[in-house]
Amino acid sequence: MELAYTEEEEEFRARLREWLAAALPGLPPKPDPLDWPARRAYDCGWQRRLYDAGYGHVHWDASPTQRLIFLEETERAGAPYVGANFVGLLHAGPTIAAEGTPAQRERWLEPVLRGDEVWCQGFSEPEAGSDLAALRTRAVRDGDAYVVTGQKIWTSHAEAADWCELLVRTDPDAPRHRGISWLAMPMDAPGITVRPLRTLAGSTEFAEMFLDEVRVPVANRVGEENDGWRVTMVTLSFERGTAFVGEVVACRRVLGELARTARKNGTWDDPVLRRRLGRLGAEFQALWRLTQWNVSEAQASGGVPGTGGSVFKLRYSHARQELYDAAAAVLGPEALDLGREWNQDRLSSLSYTIAAGTSQIQQNIVAERILGLPKGR
Amino acid sequence: MDFRLTEDQRALRRGVRELLDRSFGRDALRAAVERGSLDRELWRELGAAGFFALRLPEEAGGVGLGLPEAVLLFEEAGRALLPGPLIATHLAAGEVPGAAEGAAVVTAVDPSGFVEWLTEADTVRGEAGSAVPVRSVDPLTPLHRVPGAGGARPDPDRPDRADPADWADRADPADPADPAAREAREAQEAQEASLLTAAEQLGSAARTTELAVAHARTREQFGQPIGAFQAVKHLCAQMLVRTELARAAVYAAAVTADPVEIAGARLLADEAATLCARDCLQVHGGMGFTWEADVHLHLKRAWVRAERGLSGAAAEELVAARL
Ligand SMILES: Cc1cc2nc3c(=O)[nH]c(=O)nc-3n(C[C@H](O)[C@H](O)[C@H](O)COP(=O)(O)OP(=O)(O)OC[C@H]3O[C@@H](n4cnc5c(N)ncnc54)[C@H](O)[C@@H]3O)c2cc1C
Repeated sequence: MELAYTEEEEEFRARLREWLAAALPGLPPKPDPLDWPARRAYDCGWQRRLYDAGYGHVHWDASPTQRLIFLEETERAGAPYVGANFVGLLHAGPTIAAEGTPAQRERWLEPVLRGDEVWCQGFSEPEAGSDLAALRTRAVRDGDAYVVTGQKIWTSHAEAADWCELLVRTDPDAPRHRGISWLAMPMDAPGITVRPLRTLAGSTEFAEMFLDEVRVPVANRVGEENDGWRVTMVTLSFERGTAFVGEVVACRRVLGELARTARKNGTWDDPVLRRRLGRLGAEFQALWRLTQWNVSEAQASGGVPGTGGSVFKLRYSHARQELYDAAAAVLGPEALDLGREWNQDRLSSLSYTIAAGTSQIQQNIVAERILGLPKGR
Repeated sequence: MDFRLTEDQRALRRGVRELLDRSFGRDALRAAVERGSLDRELWRELGAAGFFALRLPEEAGGVGLGLPEAVLLFEEAGRALLPGPLIATHLAAGEVPGAAEGAAVVTAVDPSGFVEWLTEADTVRGEAGSAVPVRSVDPLTPLHRVPGAGGARPDPDRPDRADPADWADRADPADPADPAAREAREAQEAQEASLLTAAEQLGSAARTTELAVAHARTREQFGQPIGAFQAVKHLCAQMLVRTELARAAVYAAAVTADPVEIAGARLLADEAATLCARDCLQVHGGMGFTWEADVHLHLKRAWVRAERGLSGAAAEELVAARL
């Protein structure tokens, strides 16, 4: 049980810190959150700079400890987060790295790391959300391509993406978990219509996607035909296991800013509010420690994160919502001004208990896969 | 960085769990509830196993381990509901003669104004002169209260009964007379007591989670195990989440020994122990409300521990002050 970093790790931190101090002042101004092309350009530009400096790989190739240091230091320095590169860097990329052929890794990983290509996730469908295995989008083999027809929904960043990690049904007669395949679909293929959906926060960060006889090369299938459910589990374990880790650091920073604001605007004198912030401080500190615990476990077992990610995701998603509710309490009537960043974030935080598996589904996973309770009928 | 338990730490935990299974299993627990007094033989056995001398240097006859190991030990004590002023005696090892070996029982006046196991103790640290007995909520933690001390508020309708016994003959001779020295020692011990209390809470939370899950797997209603119902499943999942978050916090606080981190760990561990016990009771249905089920013992002890030392409010203020 130790939390100390090795000398090499501290050297890595020192070099990164120095590089960030030099790189950040030259960063262009933050784009309008509603302007997707601008956001893509900004996020990819930052990823490119990380790549050129040798940090592009850090989300999945580096040691997990280096990744923690990277998250700590980038957050401390106020560097941009992955943004539009979320899917590519945090779960499609790691899935291809773990499950793809050498040719697939060669084709897709570098462009993600260089910030040249953006990915989105085409898993959910109108009739298949929590019950993902009920998906109906069909892929019929025609020569060296699959012909894909169906509909996806809630596809984040679809407008900005070059590639889509797409789940399709390749065998309609097989039991539902056994007839699914995982494809990399180019978003510029004919037959794809993306219709943006407006979120309650006012942005078009996700979309509906209509697929009408879209041809996807068979060579774009990751994993065996009809073995896509297993590959999907790998993707989900990255999505739930490690993808949110960096945000804990960000939440801790926000909490510090909240305390500063409260001290300035007088709300700090309210012991109920002050203690509420104190409790949140303990909560996020503990979530960071839990992250270090999970990372130590993953580092020891090598590779794909375990179910500990569901434990983390459950608590984190609620803590994040409580954080922004506390922000509203600090702001008072100003909480109604959407021009303030925290108020936008408060709206966005409402998705955390839904996206990447709802809290109810995560609780089922914890109960069944960790605690071994029986599946219900 | 490797935050996981080392092989030695795992072995220590295994060893302590085996010892407590053997010496303080369920029958012993229930017998202790009936008896209400401290088992001196068990106390000496704990002493012989190094329970109290764990952190004394080897030159001084101790085991020479640190706070992380002490936390593992007290986590097991919390799991087993081991009774007695364990923390006070552990903290007195090396200072009060006999404490390290388990030959002496040492208790201390808590900052809250409560004293645990006062009549059984050989040595009392702090001013217990006028302590009066209290009908303790926990059948396995006899309590006294020092009127006017700490957070314990007098009941205006029920003045403290007269006739306090005189505990002066059990005062700690090593207790520094110099108030500054005494304060320094008390501050250091308060930190460690808070952390070890959190460790006990963690052990109790883990245990009630296990008890709930075991019951949910076997008890059938409507033709299936109740654990197949989501309402029950989700209670159990939340228990695990609370426990694991508390575990990460408590272990990390043991490594850093940072006062604010200890305060945060206490908050999460108190929450885990009290809420997991309640949920465990709920999962057990009517049986959970009986004296025979162990759940109430966990809940009551968790309440007693939650009042020890740092209060929840003070812990929240401490963490807030550093934001
Ligand atoms: C901001 C955001 C971004 C997203 N991005 C993507 C994306 O990029 N790609 C993608 O594929 N998907 C994405 N999703 C979809 C997300 O994964 C689904 O919304 C989620 O899995 C829930 O599915 P659903 O919306 O169909 O709700 P439903 O499954 O209909 O659930 C409705 C309610 O019923 C509950 N429920 C359902 N089944 C059970 C059960 N068995 N037990 C208990 N309760 C149950 C749920 O918990 C929920 O409260 C995104 C969602 C959001 C909000």
